[in-house]
Amino acid sequence: MCGAPKQGGALKGVDLDTQTVIQGQVWHDGAPVAGAYVRLLDGTDEFTAEVVTSPEGEFRFFAAPGTWKIRSLAPVGRGERVLGADVGLNETTVVIP
Amino acid sequence: MSRNDVLVSADWAQEHLGAPGTVFVEVDEDTSAYDKGHLEGAVKLDWKTDLQDPLRRDFVDREQFEQLMSAKGIANDDTVVLYGGNNNWFAAYAYWYFKLYGHAAVKLLDGGRKKWELDSRPLSTDVVERPGTQYRAAEPDTSIRAFRDEVVAAIGQQNLVDVRSPDEFAGKLVAPAHLPQEGAQRPGHIPSAVNVPWSKAANEDGTFKSDDELRTLYEDAGLDTGKDTIAYCRIGERSSHTWFVLRELLGHPNVKNYDGSWTEYGSLVGVPIEKGA
Repeated sequence: MCGAPKQGGALKGVDLDTQTVIQGQVWHDGAPVAGAYVRLLDGTDEFTAEVVTSPEGEFRFFAAPGTWKIRSLAPVGRGERVLGADVGLNETTVVIP
Repeated sequence: MSRNDVLVSADWAQEHLGAPGTVFVEVDEDTSAYDKGHLEGAVKLDWKTDLQDPLRRDFVDREQFEQLMSAKGIANDDTVVLYGGNNNWFAAYAYWYFKLYGHAAVKLLDGGRKKWELDSRPLSTDVVERPGTQYRAAEPDTSIRAFRDEVVAAIGQQNLVDVRSPDEFAGKLVAPAHLPQEGAQRPGHIPSAVNVPWSKAANEDGTFKSDDELRTLYEDAGLDTGKDTIAYCRIGERSSHTWFVLRELLGHPNVKNYDGSWTEYGSLVGVPIEKGA
């Protein structure tokens, strides 16, 4: 329910005609980062959700159309990316410098 | 009640791993986190399978709670230190639940699993076995639990705090954004509720903000300290986090958690709903 569903994997069962899916990977130093905390912030920088990346560094959010900020926090550092999302699949990568 | 009575720091926890009379309990919805590594000696509670009734929408009753505690090796006089993922949402929910059933000494690990991981503190995959106990629970303390009728009666009368994200409050989303958007029949919020997202009470590493910051947060939101308060979210775990802040950290006397929350309220026939910020 409110917990963290498995990140990454197939989009089986997700209706991309109605859902606004934002998904991608967290990278650092040329490799995906597993176990990174990724939070989704709305247009006013307010926290909306947070997940932990999969072993392949993947994350996924179910949002609404609009502008979102994705911020990743991990022991190796933090990274951030702003993106505009539409209904359907929106893919992105967050790099921790 | 003060912060030191209800919160422990990660440093304190690391120094007290394995201390007699102290039981660390990890509470998650997804217990695979525990299985991948947990605090040394910590037992796990599954938010759904351990704490929810398998049939009705309610939590386990007093007798089931006694059986659960006894099987986990938790005794009435143990100090229980709860922690978990999701910024301690489910740990705070379990805290509320331990209080509901009258456990004397319960604390939260400030920052939960996230701060522990971000600090790169040690995690263990050892299987934890504790000898069984004869746990005795009290009758549920309903002075900290709100039900739907009193929530409807509280509209315009008491403080109603909606702790969901602004988009959920406004009715643009019906669930947190890491979940498929399904849940209640109708989006929106309870009329007269103020929106103070739970996340405003926490720092980015999952620790709670200072008492002064928290006091200012709820004052600025217009919470009337002379009135009783009901907190709600979608299913009652994020609002446990805010219930913890208001009652345990700030010492407000009458604060209830409405665990039916929006999944119940937003599906009730005939109750008033508001949308927009």
